[in-house]
Amino acid sequence: MAKTDIKYLTTNRVEVRQKKYCRFKKMGIKYIDYKDPEFLKKFLNEQGKLLPRRITGNSMKFQRKVAQAVKKARQMAILPFVTDLLK
Amino acid sequence: MNSYELMVIFTPVLSTEEYNAAIKNLKKFITDNEGEIVGENVWGLKSFAYPIDKKTTGLYYVLEYSAPATFNAKLLVQMSRDESIMRQMINALDKHAVAYNNRKRNGGSAAKQHSVTEKEEA
Repeated sequence: MAKTDIKYLTTNRVEVRQKKYCRFKKMGIKYIDYKDPEFLKKFLNEQGKLLPRRITGNSMKFQRKVAQAVKKARQMAILPFVTDLLK
Repeated sequence: MNSYELMVIFTPVLSTEEYNAAIKNLKKFITDNEGEIVGENVWGLKSFAYPIDKKTTGLYYVLEYSAPATFNAKLLVQMSRDESIMRQMINALDKHAVAYNNRKRNGGSAAKQHSVTEKEEA
């Protein structure tokens, strides 16, 4: 039985991934405040590093604003440069 | 007259009177050089995310002001001379930032931790 001959009873529905969207465009947020660590933590991983755009789903313009805000927060010791178990 | 936002970290050694005196002195310096103060936000003692010159806490202070473009250089020199200031940062504010700060200051529903239309998404 060749591999391709396997028949499934039900159609094998590949789990449809929910379309990513840029939360800033959708919610109309225009300014990302570097003084608000809780909000910025959504864009950091456990080690405090910035998440890439393909994970956060941000548009290029707002990913850059998030990166700038995180770097300012790190400079003013609001966010750590590197840590473990940030969340 | 551009609008700027200054964030200053004072050494935790300062007592509250010295802290208030330092703040008043900063504000006086701004108003003397034809800048005007839009708003301030006294955070007080907060712990750092990482130690800065062997200290783990500091007195934070955020001040929003508008001043001519040439003013910031003088402010930086003044602040670097003052050894009670550990770290400072001046940010230029665009119109969205100014609108955001006004909304936050006038209690634009403080519950919303971010901007006006931020809805807590799923």
